[in-house]
Amino acid sequence: MFTRLKQNHRLLVLVVLGAILLLCLLIAAALGSESISPIDIAKNTLNKMALTNFSLSPAWEDRNHEIILFQIRLPRVVAGALVGAALAVAGVLFQGLLRNPMADPYIIGTSAGAAFGATIAMVLPLSVALLGFGLVPIAAFFGALGAVFLVYNLARVGGKTPIVSMLLAGFAVSAMLIAVMFFMVTLSGRTELIHTVYSFLMGSISVSGWNQIAIIAPLIIGGIILARFFAFRLNAFSLGEEGARYLGIDVEREKLLILGLGSLLTAAAVSISGLVGFVGLVVPHAVRLVLGPDHRLLLPAAALAGGAFLVLADLFARTMLSPREIPLGILTALIGAPFFIYLLRRTRREYAF
Amino acid sequence: MINLSLNQVSFSYSDSPVLHHIDLVVERGEMVAVLGPNGSGKTTLIKLASGVLKPTEGEIHLDGSRLSRLKRREVAQRVAVVPQQFNMPFAFTLREVVLLGRTPFLRAFSDEGKEDHRVVQQAIALIGIEELKERFFNELSGGERQKAILAMALAQEPKLLLLDEPTAHLDINHQGEILDLVKSLNREQGLTVIGAMHDLNLAALYFDRLIFLKEGRIFADGPPAEVLTEETIREVFSASVQVMQHPTTKVPHVVITPKGSSG
Repeated sequence: MFTRLKQNHRLLVLVVLGAILLLCLLIAAALGSESISPIDIAKNTLNKMALTNFSLSPAWEDRNHEIILFQIRLPRVVAGALVGAALAVAGVLFQGLLRNPMADPYIIGTSAGAAFGATIAMVLPLSVALLGFGLVPIAAFFGALGAVFLVYNLARVGGKTPIVSMLLAGFAVSAMLIAVMFFMVTLSGRTELIHTVYSFLMGSISVSGWNQIAIIAPLIIGGIILARFFAFRLNAFSLGEEGARYLGIDVEREKLLILGLGSLLTAAAVSISGLVGFVGLVVPHAVRLVLGPDHRLLLPAAALAGGAFLVLADLFARTMLSPREIPLGILTALIGAPFFIYLLRRTRREYAF
Repeated sequence: MINLSLNQVSFSYSDSPVLHHIDLVVERGEMVAVLGPNGSGKTTLIKLASGVLKPTEGEIHLDGSRLSRLKRREVAQRVAVVPQQFNMPFAFTLREVVLLGRTPFLRAFSDEGKEDHRVVQQAIALIGIEELKERFFNELSGGERQKAILAMALAQEPKLLLLDEPTAHLDINHQGEILDLVKSLNREQGLTVIGAMHDLNLAALYFDRLIFLKEGRIFADGPPAEVLTEETIREVFSASVQVMQHPTTKVPHVVITPKGSSG
């Protein structure tokens, strides 16, 4: 047993995690089919922000590092950090609200709901022309929200959401949505979309340049900041819905807001990465183990740790079998699924509801 | 001074009626036990008084305000509830659990301040669990957890403390400890206490006024010496018992006799 961090140490923890995230970003931006010196990356990024005016190394000029870094690698690495942070925070929100350490956006079907919405947006030819990428996250949000409420209501037994019924409902809703997605694509007759949907389901960070990030980043960063405002009430939810009510919480309203926020974060992540599972399970659990369950620290810490985790995972996904790429969702599932099984075995003993 | 009043209050869960036209006034500083068999409506009465359930008919007033007009947060600033038990899925420490009692006082976008920590510290000291405060709530014994929940309820700085069978899952030593604490809060802090109780003898020992519910109606209401009688028990519980006197306190004490025994 270890004693808890004092209030003023919380900030220190977040600063350290922030530094780790930056380091991961730097390493991931440096490595790839073409290595770029981390010093060059740091210099050039500062130059770009018009903070400094460093001179550039010869390798930078000769080998197109400018384009590789700023047009290809950095957008992907930043997108990875955003996706990881969003999924980890969505996991914390769902777990805290449902008092269920197994509630991950992928496992409870929120991600599939988002993918379903995104697919509709991609299949409709008119919409793409009208709104471009902007429609995908919107449709993904409504898909995620719909899936959350469907799973939640299916899993609800006598005012509680037991682990097993939630996992079953999540599995069933995911399976159904994915089937309908392929059915829609088949009906649309656009065979090229089958490949798109397929790679969407396997999950990979796919961004071209900064345009998509410009839409997604404010959603995710804003969502995480908003989530932090629910921290104290999420702590109260750990006494159960009735306990939370006794403590003065308008349970129905808060539930709607928190599930909505979790859906928003999931949808924003899914619209640039497809289905990347288990991040919302592994990261919050690890952070909780080290820093404790207080959501005031857990939420921002999980965001930073989730970002770092996914940046590294994506780095492995694209370099391990280079030049081939392992789909990111496959990699996180390879790490996360055994961990999930371990949790499921252990949970049966430790958590009574 | 009236603290809580129920005026012709009825309650039904969808089709099945639970309470029928209850009239009840509890004055500030009273210590009242609600008794009756399972299904008689004691827990429902506690939930109505806490505002988490709304009467299907009738009105409840808390300190003169209509309970149904108050926001949840406003109710929780005046009324605290100690249920049978709380399950905690995450590893919060005892102090963190007691801090949850400050939830109704925090603004939507802010964390707790110095004053909140002072109230939490005071509640922990009053219950006498300072040496446990950095322990994990889940690793505490049932009695220790119930003390922590009592401290959490105190951190709400309530005027009215509602208990829903607070000793149902406890060993006999902890039952006495918890009720001793509640009684001293009632006597020293002037806290009004209403408790749904399962154990008739504990109720008679610790509470000044007993209310017996039978099929959703008040059957008897008064001090233990007047209402805890063989006849009340026969009518309310359909049980045949003998009522004796507690050797020290002289309050009525209920004993049962097995079939076929002779005295």
